[in-house]
Amino acid sequence: MSLAAIARTLLLAAGLAGLAGFASADSRVPKPTIQADPANGTCVAPAAEMRRNHMDMLKHQRDKTLREGERGAKVSLNGCISCHAGKQSGSVVGSRQEFCESCHAYAAVKLDCFECHQPKAGAQVAKTAGGER
Amino acid sequence: MSDKEQKPLPGRRALLSGGAAALGLLVAPGIRLIEVAGASTTASPKVRWGLLVDTTRCTPECKACVNACNAENHLSGATAPTDSQWLRKVELKDKRTGRTASVPVMCQHCAKPACVDVCPTGASFKRADGIVLVDRHACIGCRYCMMACPYKARSFVHAEVHDQNPEVPRGKGCVEGCNLCVHRVDKGQLPTCVEACPNQAMLFGDLNDPNSALSQRLRTIATTQVRADLGLDTGVRYHGI
Amino acid sequence: MTGAASKRFDVSHFYGLVGLGLAVLLAGLGAFHYMEEHGHIVSGMNNQVVWGTPHVFAIFMIVAASGVLNVASIGSVFGKTVYKVRAPLSGLLCLALLGGGLMVLMLDLGRPDRVIVAATHYNFTSVFAWNVFLYSGMFGIVAVYLWTMMERRMKPLSKPAGFAAFIWRLILTTGTGSIFGFLVARQAYGSAILAPMFIVMSFAWGLAVFYIVQSVMYAWNGMELHPSVLRRMKNLLAVFVAGTAYFVAAYHVTNIYFARQTEFEQFILVSGGIYPLLLWLGFGVVGTLVPLLLIFLPGLGTPRAVLFASAGVIIGAFALLYTFIIGGQAFPLQIFPGFEASSSFGDGAVGAYSPSLPEVLLGLGGVAAAFLITTIGVRILHFLPQDDLVQLEAANPAD
Ligand code: HEC
Ligand code: HEC
Ligand code: HEC
Repeated sequence: MSLAAIARTLLLAAGLAGLAGFASADSRVPKPTIQADPANGTCVAPAAEMRRNHMDMLKHQRDKTLREGERGAKVSLNGCISCHAGKQSGSVVGSRQEFCESCHAYAAVKLDCFECHQPKAGAQVAKTAGGER
Repeated sequence: MSDKEQKPLPGRRALLSGGAAALGLLVAPGIRLIEVAGASTTASPKVRWGLLVDTTRCTPECKACVNACNAENHLSGATAPTDSQWLRKVELKDKRTGRTASVPVMCQHCAKPACVDVCPTGASFKRADGIVLVDRHACIGCRYCMMACPYKARSFVHAEVHDQNPEVPRGKGCVEGCNLCVHRVDKGQLPTCVEACPNQAMLFGDLNDPNSALSQRLRTIATTQVRADLGLDTGVRYHGI
Repeated sequence: MTGAASKRFDVSHFYGLVGLGLAVLLAGLGAFHYMEEHGHIVSGMNNQVVWGTPHVFAIFMIVAASGVLNVASIGSVFGKTVYKVRAPLSGLLCLALLGGGLMVLMLDLGRPDRVIVAATHYNFTSVFAWNVFLYSGMFGIVAVYLWTMMERRMKPLSKPAGFAAFIWRLILTTGTGSIFGFLVARQAYGSAILAPMFIVMSFAWGLAVFYIVQSVMYAWNGMELHPSVLRRMKNLLAVFVAGTAYFVAAYHVTNIYFARQTEFEQFILVSGGIYPLLLWLGFGVVGTLVPLLLIFLPGLGTPRAVLFASAGVIIGAFALLYTFIIGGQAFPLQIFPGFEASSSFGDGAVGAYSPSLPEVLLGLGGVAAAFLITTIGVRILHFLPQDDLVQLEAANPAD
């Protein structure tokens, strides 16, 4: 196992511990920074379910979208971003004020999704050729 | 939803061939059937997406397809050996006769792709509709597919990437390549290179549908598959090489 | 030296060696971290030469790991006592080299954080995936084999275990050769001869590694190799070295014969700069000719000469793998046969590659890992091959 894999395992364990915290005492967990405007509609599932299952939903839909070409499903990463991106930054990560990171930094679960995925809501990304370095 | 309905239009402009009759099957250009139906789409095994490139319409100066590809996928357009190039123009000169051709080369979307065979994790895969992709969530960056690809169609992301197109995620440490603009095709649009070509040198369509403009065109003019000797049954065909 | 003094010398040298190994290993891990942090942009590799120096190191170690087990196989499968006493060391070296090689391969991945994916998602049409399976199987089988040799109650199982290891190892090297053998697209690869070629290479390289380790251990313990054992080992090494040369020659000659391959052979044998140089000088002279002379020239063939011969074989192995892996990729893909090609993506042009420091350090880190496993393993497990001298004298009165 590589160092990175070991580190990952440790992180995961820490995440699980964090999750156990969610399950046992919801109140001890700081609330994530939610900036989603309810006017845009409700979340794809009730908040409690989202907290527990969003990773599985994302991973399930990811395979459906990628492998089977299923587009336009309720769950999509770009969908999450379009509602949950911060009002000022337009992003879901970048600081602890941002939605995904607010929780993940606390739960110590590393999110590598945004190494590839654009963390800013679609409209806010200038359609210019990006740099590769 | 049937495969007919989600078929992207073979071309919004005048088509290469007179295969406009095929258009009759389809709705007016620009309408996205997904929105009409309000449901999700899926890749259908009845369809096999393919491309015909008429290189007699290509000139060495013209890089419209390459530029469009770079812009759509937010590639830098830099050409160091470590930079990604999903679509490139290859200048050819026949060693005996001196005849030249200027050929856009991208992933050939083989029916029997070598990259898929060799990929240890199954990250390289072929969708039901014939589009060959890298699942970047499963890619470990071993680059065996790059060793195996006869077309040099894939690039390895050598450094961090920023400012991605939200519809085209890409990032360090994974292998990537032309995805036939799958995010556009699934929305009923054409691959961006096809759309951008000022000379209508590229025709996109369903190889499985004998009535598609593409199939009709393939029936009437001489076309080749690159490295046909390998028997990979490419989805991209060329005229004029 | 008194007993106590020699012991102190021994202990301090042991820790010295472990310290050295650790230092190199740490440098390798540092290089890995640097490459993971910045991406492969800091390596010499690019979109044309996608496998570089780390792969030269890794493939050498994996091939040698399989070959080093040959010593044990001759002992247990073919019942030769001289080799039997060497079987435990041979097994340990096999595990050490395999571990070192796999470490380098894994740490060179673009996403090393996802190795777990490689271990849980198999695509069974992939030669690479077969190899993941073969390598883990090899660890298991050799570990069991070692156990049967060390544990008295398990002794009866030692022969079947040795046999299983023997078969597994042949398949494993076939698999390693097939990583390249199945690549029909590239001029340098895609040949059925590569699998047997890798097997013979493994015999030579593995035996060379074994001989060097054994020599160091003997020197350390003030022992001398019995002349009859030396004679057998050096003759065997010579046969394997010649066999490797034969296969390499056959591979190139058949290529020259195929018209579509002549351009590639012209490149790799004559015009390709560093690659022909390494092939002829590195592999041909240092890796083949010199070792054979060191073994057979009258007056040579001494333990020391054979040690140098073994070192030459290993240098030759690296030279050969460098031309094979990197030279094979540097030669441009023939996408449009019959045409001259040029493009912004290196079509028709020889790919540039020069090894970067992090790559070399990563490779050396793998060697250091193998070295540490060996050094510590030998010390803890007392794997010094000790010949039954009385028996040897009786069997070889002439020596
Ligand atoms: C249509 C807009 C919208 C979309 C799309 C959306 N959300 Fe939400 N989400 C909300 C709103 C509004 C809330 C607050 C609801 C509440 O507190 O009851 C919320 C709440 C949540 C919560 C609970 C936070 C908490 O602890 O209270 C999580 C977790 C969450 N969303 C994750 C996601 C993920 C992951 C996705 C993408 C699959 C997503 N959301 C897509 C609007 C959206
Ligand atoms: C309410 C807190 C909370 C919010 C908000 C939140 N997450 Fe999570 N997320 C978690 C926890 C806790 C885990 C760890 C669960 C586990 O390990 O099983 C997790 C795990 C994940 C995982 C799986 C990680 C892995 O390595 O397996 C993904 C993917 C993920 N979240 C994506 C997101 C995205 C994208 C957002 C923003 C749209 C988001 N999360 C917002 C709490 C949150
Ligand atoms: C190495 C790059 C990379 C990483 C890292 C990555 N993705 Fe993706 N992801 C992609 C690509 C490429 C697509 C395909 C986009 C398409 O075809 O529309 C994709 C598509 C998806 C989709 C379907 C499209 C959508 O917007 O819903 C989901 C869901 C998704 N990824 C989730 C994730 C999650 C969750 C993570 C983090 C655990 C993640 N991805 C990490 C590259 C990546």
